[in-house]
Amino acid sequence: MSDATMNQKPRRGFRVSRGALPYLLSLPALLTCIGILVPFFTAVAYSLQRYRLSQPWARKWNWGENYLNFLSDPAFWNTLKVSLTYAFLTVGIELLLGLGIALLLQKRTRFNNFVSIMLLMPLMTAPALASLMWKLMTNPGFGILSYFASLIGLHDFRWASDPSTAMLTVVLVDIWVYTPFIMILLLAGLRSLPQQPFEAAALDGVPRLFVFWRITLPMLTPFLLTATLFRVIESIQQFDIIYAMTQGGPGDKLTVFQVEAYLNFFQSTNVGRSAALLMILWAITYILSNIFIKNWLRLRERQRGEA
Amino acid sequence: MYEKEKQIVDAYVRGSISRRDLFRGLGALGVTAATAGVLVNAAATRALAANGFDWKKHSGTTIKLLLNKHPYTDAMLADLENFKEMTGMDVQYDVFPEDVYFDKVTAALSSGSTEYDAFMSGAYMTWTYGPAGWIEDLNQWIKDDSKTNPDYNWGDMLPGVVKSCAWNGQPGGELGSDDAKQWCIPLAYEQNNLTYNKRIFDANNLKVPTNIDELLDTAAAAKAVMNGGYGIGVRGSRSWATIHPGFLSGYANFGQKDLNVSADGKLSAAMNTDVSKEYHRKWVKMIQDSGAPDWSTHTWYQVGTDLGAGKSAMMFDADILGYFMNGGDNKEAGNLAFSAFAANPEAKAPTPNIWIWAMAMSTFSQKKDATWYFLQWVTGPEHDLFGARKMDLVNPARSSVWADEMFRDKLSASYPGYVEMHDVSAPGASIKFTAQPLFFDLTTEWAAMLQKMVAKEVPVDEGIDQLAESVNRQLKDAGLG
Repeated sequence: MSDATMNQKPRRGFRVSRGALPYLLSLPALLTCIGILVPFFTAVAYSLQRYRLSQPWARKWNWGENYLNFLSDPAFWNTLKVSLTYAFLTVGIELLLGLGIALLLQKRTRFNNFVSIMLLMPLMTAPALASLMWKLMTNPGFGILSYFASLIGLHDFRWASDPSTAMLTVVLVDIWVYTPFIMILLLAGLRSLPQQPFEAAALDGVPRLFVFWRITLPMLTPFLLTATLFRVIESIQQFDIIYAMTQGGPGDKLTVFQVEAYLNFFQSTNVGRSAALLMILWAITYILSNIFIKNWLRLRERQRGEA
Repeated sequence: MYEKEKQIVDAYVRGSISRRDLFRGLGALGVTAATAGVLVNAAATRALAANGFDWKKHSGTTIKLLLNKHPYTDAMLADLENFKEMTGMDVQYDVFPEDVYFDKVTAALSSGSTEYDAFMSGAYMTWTYGPAGWIEDLNQWIKDDSKTNPDYNWGDMLPGVVKSCAWNGQPGGELGSDDAKQWCIPLAYEQNNLTYNKRIFDANNLKVPTNIDELLDTAAAAKAVMNGGYGIGVRGSRSWATIHPGFLSGYANFGQKDLNVSADGKLSAAMNTDVSKEYHRKWVKMIQDSGAPDWSTHTWYQVGTDLGAGKSAMMFDADILGYFMNGGDNKEAGNLAFSAFAANPEAKAPTPNIWIWAMAMSTFSQKKDATWYFLQWVTGPEHDLFGARKMDLVNPARSSVWADEMFRDKLSASYPGYVEMHDVSAPGASIKFTAQPLFFDLTTEWAAMLQKMVAKEVPVDEGIDQLAESVNRQLKDAGLG
């Protein structure tokens, strides 16, 4: 035995009693929860107040009045409509495109692997920067997309500046940025599916379309649900693309929840209304998340039962 | 500095010799004009320090500023060493681009942060910051002779500009009233007038418009010859910033207001009048016929750069925006000209609404007296003169600087017509909005309604009525109407 080993003394570190260990281990989670819950309940409290920073003397509890006012406020209903439309359009189109691209790239070849990595590039771009890029590309004077539009006869196409095409434009930017996210998730799902059902179908000469509808899609559903859940939550909370492109305009065409809440707080300093808007957004996100998670769990249970 | 040069510069600052003699004397000593300017500024600082005021009282104190990226800030920072040397104070600062600047200010002030002692502000913002209790009434220092140097010369400030920074905090209260609190002190200000491309105007025999009808005609005629460009640039984004420049300046010229203030102090919408509707109709038509195709996304930046790039023939916006576009590496630098603009053919003079960049003091500052030393220096006549002569501090807020021969010569040499435009419109220049805490809500909604009108989503008359109804509802909800 070497001297070094012989001279080694037992370590005298900080000792934790058995009883305290579980509490200590859960402390980081507890702190994180506090970090989330304190602002959350503060926002709940603000949403129940008439609270405008520029009128501190008028601050008081008005309980549900901010929420009740929404019922008769056309701006709120417009915000709800715009937010849901945006989420529905972006997620729907991204799912279709993402699935289509994933199916095309499903086979593991060098080319497919290379393309799938290249297609991830937009996802690496910050959405606000992507919006500025698109703003330049859609500039009626020198934008490349405006030029392409003119080639197909769409002269003076005003993209985000026109109320009739503003939604289309921001949806296009969202699709450009986030379709790769869905594509990579579904591609991973497709490549992880068990091969036996597909081999059996091939041996039986089952048509491809039938295989897609009856084998691929059902087996891919948990992945589709996961991708949809993530994207719906993110998309209904969209801020940067819309704010960078149009600040919610033209008119009220793109005043989604986050833009409206941001303007209410930072520009109007109307803390009460801003907090109430965000609480509604939280409730919508919570309900949608629960629906998706319940379905996802149900599917998983069913698959386990079938297995 | 050599003794001989110092003597000549000090004599000029004392007023013993003329500017011509100054340059002649310094020229004989081999000093260039640029160096002469720096020497004069240093001499002015020495003279300021010699007026008996204890500038060293807060020596060793450090203050911190929150600043917006702007040529006014560049002027401040270029002169900062003189302040530090004179006072023995240290000044730290953060500079943010305008896109995020006011969010940063709101976040810092609403959280009660003591990090920043003073910050740049617009006058409109003080209508929020003041009642919220975030900023100090600066009268308590301005009127205290023991804390303000005898050469500060408060009376030298342009009345319309300095009053625009003073409000009594009562919704609808008159700006600059006797009981008003001085929430901020102007560094410089912008008037809204016409800046036009003289090259394009001359080549196409276009006449500079003198009222709203001529503006519509000239903008349309310009668009017809612009070959892909457009006639007139005005702001259009969904923001309060769309309302305050050209739009409100023209609107006010017809005697129109944003809000009525009743005898009992209640506010109500004032934009649903026949004259207002007629003005809106013309404004909307002008944008539809001759404005930028992507007008609804245009901020000051696009309005300015399009003019500088020759994409638009003129703009009705801040005069200093035209000033900056007429220099640098802009394609049309040197081709831009300026004209005071009164939208109403029956008006005797223009009535431009103004934007002011000013300095305000945070209530949460723990070094208020020391901060006041900085504020009185940065808004004082010496720094204003330095900024105007050597940097781009246009438009200075002091009448003595506007009277300065060197400054006027500098402007007239590179920016023909600028001084004349300023002199014509300055008497009518002031803030035309009603001071009240819902300013940003109501003006943003006004901008959104303009967008709907331009997009033909709503007829102008109906849009104005809807706007007035919504404004009244919001005022009532806030207990102001």
